[in-house]
Amino acid sequence: MRRAVAAVIGAVTLAPAAAQSAAEAPPGALGCAGCHGAPAAGVIPDIAGQPAQATVASLLAYRTGTGTGSVMERIAKGFSEDEIRAIAEWFAARGTATLHRP
Amino acid sequence: MPSPSGSPPGAPRHFTGRRTLLLAAGAAGLGAPALLAQTPPRVVVVGGGFAGATCARDLAAAGLAVTLVEPRAEYVACPFSNAVIAGLRQMEQQRFSYAALEANGLRRIAQPATGLEDGRVLLADGTTLPYDRLVLAPGIELRFDAITGYDAAAAGRMPHAWQAGPQTLLLRQQLEAMPDGGVVAIAAPANPFRCPPGPYERASLIAHYLKTHKPRSKLLILDAKDSFSKQRLFEAAWQALYPGLIEWVSLSFGGNVTEVDAAEGVLVTEFGRHRADVANVIPPQRAGAIARVAGVTDASGWCPVDPVTFESRLRPGVHVVGDAAIGGAMPKSAFTANAQARACAAAVVALLAGETPRPPKLINTCYSLLAPDYGISIAGVYSPRNGLLAEVEGAGGISPADAPPEIRAAEAAHAEGWFRVITQAVFG
Repeated sequence: MRRAVAAVIGAVTLAPAAAQSAAEAPPGALGCAGCHGAPAAGVIPDIAGQPAQATVASLLAYRTGTGTGSVMERIAKGFSEDEIRAIAEWFAARGTATLHRP
Repeated sequence: MPSPSGSPPGAPRHFTGRRTLLLAAGAAGLGAPALLAQTPPRVVVVGGGFAGATCARDLAAAGLAVTLVEPRAEYVACPFSNAVIAGLRQMEQQRFSYAALEANGLRRIAQPATGLEDGRVLLADGTTLPYDRLVLAPGIELRFDAITGYDAAAAGRMPHAWQAGPQTLLLRQQLEAMPDGGVVAIAAPANPFRCPPGPYERASLIAHYLKTHKPRSKLLILDAKDSFSKQRLFEAAWQALYPGLIEWVSLSFGGNVTEVDAAEGVLVTEFGRHRADVANVIPPQRAGAIARVAGVTDASGWCPVDPVTFESRLRPGVHVVGDAAIGGAMPKSAFTANAQARACAAAVVALLAGETPRPPKLINTCYSLLAPDYGISIAGVYSPRNGLLAEVEGAGGISPADAPPEIRAAEAAHAEGWFRVITQAVFG
């Protein structure tokens, strides 16, 4: 049903990909976008468009604790492997522009 | 000003009529109502801070007719404003305009919302805005009735600087004008309040300023509580970076400020009186005034909400996000406000399409700067449980206590990176 609405919005009004992507985002993904993805990120890596495999590998490593001291070790522990996979695939499917900008 | 109903010139470009949505519902076989409305689903968002601007942006991107009610021409961000107070950053870096949002098709009404009646928001000039769903993101209101003698006028002498803007600069100017050897006092409120680590980040950065420019000065924190966010890390850093400069007085040791004499620079606690050359009084807070007028606050002064949709427990059709909402285990932060607003927007889109919103999984990360190259963080992951947002067990927590300087420096850089990303995503 959500897909049907999204399709109609897209077809009839040319609403951008961001509309569907935000509504379709798997649990947690929009939270990741709070730090990752905008061009201004600087030291924080932009993960939009990154291959899912790479994102999954990073998150699983963080989850077991890599000793980097970064917030990612504490955040990754809050997600199951399935959730991590869904988030990684969602980011892999989009570029920075569609993540944040209408 | 534009006509509050009908189709103003600034109406969203990505217009999606309610008719279209309902036809889609019909086509999907879920049964559209027989009578199709001719107007688009209208969402009004009140408040253009991190929560409101984020929510309005996501809702507009989803093709809804969104009106943002925000009287101020620019937003002044609180995160990093402690660095402005300490002279480490310019105020201009905290200012953000609504031009990009408006260029993206968002209609902004530059007026305060004054009330709510029968599906309409009342505006200061007497006009009304009808809505199908309303999102309130009013932030906080400072309680000028909580500390005897501390009212809006007293804040002109003893700045709170807890809503960024002129108050931020006032506190900075007072620190600059203070002679070496002076006493700075910060009165910190009881929970819950905006930005739980904020008073201690501020103490750290003011200490940095004092150590650099006025090394004989002292900083006193008078606290209405016995523990605070990231306390272990703050206290260790104060020992290491600013030995002997900061004194923290907890509630049990007489830290609760009950009265002030702003003209004399005196703060009165349950145990005695303190005279300060610069007094920063952060008073208790509650949800922004429109939340109370709209009837969505409970006895605590904050807004109980459903943790999936952020719809008010007290008034159907009205959602509350950001600092004003009771976020369960989530702290009142800009990161939280952004995360809640995005979850709320997704839920509102679903509800307007007749769907069941999916339970969100939310993240919060709060960085605190203790010196220009010394950052620490607290993070958490949250999901709905028993009607509240609860922490996901096994996740979250604070920076390691024994982290080397490289990690503290990396977290300071991450803090800066986060601020650039979030402000670009919301206002850019």
